[in-house]
Amino acid sequence: MKQVDIAVVGAGPAGLHAALMGAERGLDVLVIDNAGQAGGQLVKQTHKFFGSREQRAGTRGIHIADELTKKLSTYTKARLWLSSTVLSYYPADQTLMIEDDAESIRLIQAQRLIIATGASEKLLPFPGNDLPGVYGAGAVQTLMNVHGVKPGRKVLMVGAGNIGLIVSYQLLQSDVEVVAVVEAAPHIGGYAVHASKIRRMGVPIYTSHSVKAARGEQVLERAVIWQLDEQWNGIDSTQFELPCDVLCLAVGLSPLTELLWQAGCRMVFVPELGGHVPWHNGRGATSVPEVFVAGDAGGVEEASSAMATGALAGLSAVESLGQCPDYAEATGAWSRELDALRAGPAGSKIRKGLQSLQL
Amino acid sequence: MRISEHPILKFRRGHRVRFYFDGQEMKGFEGEPIAAALHAEGVRVLHYSEAGRPRGFFCAIGNCSSCLMMVDSQPNVRTCITPLRAEMDIRTQRGRGVLSGEQSEDRES
Amino acid sequence: MMPDEERLKQGPVAIFECLQEIPCDPCADACQFGAVLAFQDINDLPQLDYDACNGCGNCVSRCPGLAIFVIDMTWSEDKALLKLPYELLPLPQKGDEVRCFDREGTEVGQGRIVRVVQSLRVGTPVLWVELDKELALDVRHVAPLSGGGERDG
Repeated sequence: MKQVDIAVVGAGPAGLHAALMGAERGLDVLVIDNAGQAGGQLVKQTHKFFGSREQRAGTRGIHIADELTKKLSTYTKARLWLSSTVLSYYPADQTLMIEDDAESIRLIQAQRLIIATGASEKLLPFPGNDLPGVYGAGAVQTLMNVHGVKPGRKVLMVGAGNIGLIVSYQLLQSDVEVVAVVEAAPHIGGYAVHASKIRRMGVPIYTSHSVKAARGEQVLERAVIWQLDEQWNGIDSTQFELPCDVLCLAVGLSPLTELLWQAGCRMVFVPELGGHVPWHNGRGATSVPEVFVAGDAGGVEEASSAMATGALAGLSAVESLGQCPDYAEATGAWSRELDALRAGPAGSKIRKGLQSLQL
Repeated sequence: MRISEHPILKFRRGHRVRFYFDGQEMKGFEGEPIAAALHAEGVRVLHYSEAGRPRGFFCAIGNCSSCLMMVDSQPNVRTCITPLRAEMDIRTQRGRGVLSGEQSEDRES
Repeated sequence: MMPDEERLKQGPVAIFECLQEIPCDPCADACQFGAVLAFQDINDLPQLDYDACNGCGNCVSRCPGLAIFVIDMTWSEDKALLKLPYELLPLPQKGDEVRCFDREGTEVGQGRIVRVVQSLRVGTPVLWVELDKELALDVRHVAPLSGGGERDG
């Protein structure tokens, strides 16, 4: 059986950063991702990132993905398996079972495992939500920004968090009409600057509104929208229809934690972090000494934070193998970055989540 | 439904190839996901559930099974992540699909 | 964050419509004249030294939130100049008449493109729009005369 020092599951911003920490310190690192392309969700992000220069603020996600992948490829001891799916993890002998790009099963024994599987999109229950045309925001981005196919002609966006606002703007950039953004909460959750970009282009944002139903014969033709009262119940008298051929769901993310459960990590339910997450110490260490967590799998945040939590998890894994002479210095720098990102009002939810994780 | 010009992105597309959807000739770019090629051609219903409800594209990352189709006689192909090849025979799948030879031959254990 | 009337009378100046503390600071590095004060914390709101700002517009092309504009109320006798970031196609060309929209997306008048700046590789293109003075403080988006932005209000 093949053995590696560190296996990283997920080649998104967190996984690639974690892998680089090991590769830069001379370790055998294997990164596994089920997509055909490295970068995770970065490959769909055409907008310029926020954050500081260290987190490549002002750079578009698509370029960050290229840059990180190229950097990793300069290390001969680092390998990247794409189109490969980790099927399971056996903690007793620290073995991963992987279906590779030739659909063969391979077993890999890893001294340390870093889980950077990211998050999956949440769904919204309403009649007709299975109609073709009701798509996840990630799918809309994939279709439009990776494959260059317009998802439809008239899009109704559900969710005014950063993803809903950013994807709305990306749709407008692809010359697709956004008929409206509806948001169940009484306030726009995403950054005001993202909302301003689409407001001035004439897109209405309905807060305290939700989707009552999606209608259409074979495919989506229109959505029924209604206002919500203070208890978040729909008000019949307020309902109206919006013609649309795409209903894009951007209603939040849940950490993808199957492998962490399998590894026997102590799991904690923290709504502010997106649901069940592994207990972790803020530098990626979980309750299982060989297993580390990075990025959204440990709590849903922004890509800038994922890069920092990835680097911290990578450094912690290397340190636990006794191979990280610069641990204090390197983790200090990344921790300061991460603390700064989370310091403002925009980070209050994540701060609260991380606090309750430690209780 | 293709984006011809984009303010930020340049799309690197493969060769334009012919394929068939339920017997009808269509064109797409080699290597793009089958579901993307179909979407660009205006095909949005990819599958019917056991109960007969139409199903389309949904997650685009091979997780949700909404896009399962028959491709070259193989059922349950995740068309959102399976690359398009020239001359592919792609068919709308109904229900769980049928393996080729399933009805006529004994299944190997 | 709007400069006072006196400052507007002195020439071009940047307007930062960044009113929410978010972790973002590229504008602090964008200004070669030191008009954007250094951040103590990445979540700080940007602080502009209006006397040091000459309205060059470099920050406009660098802001990831597309939240910075430059206004020159001294552009001509009856017209003002507005510099705004523009990430859409088709990119208007010099001489084009454009429809002007306010922050709510309501069409409020017309302007004319006098320059299109696309200097930096990563920079957002910046349009220089000549428009009526009374529109300059409200207009935040433009669209070609035909197509695009047809959903007024």
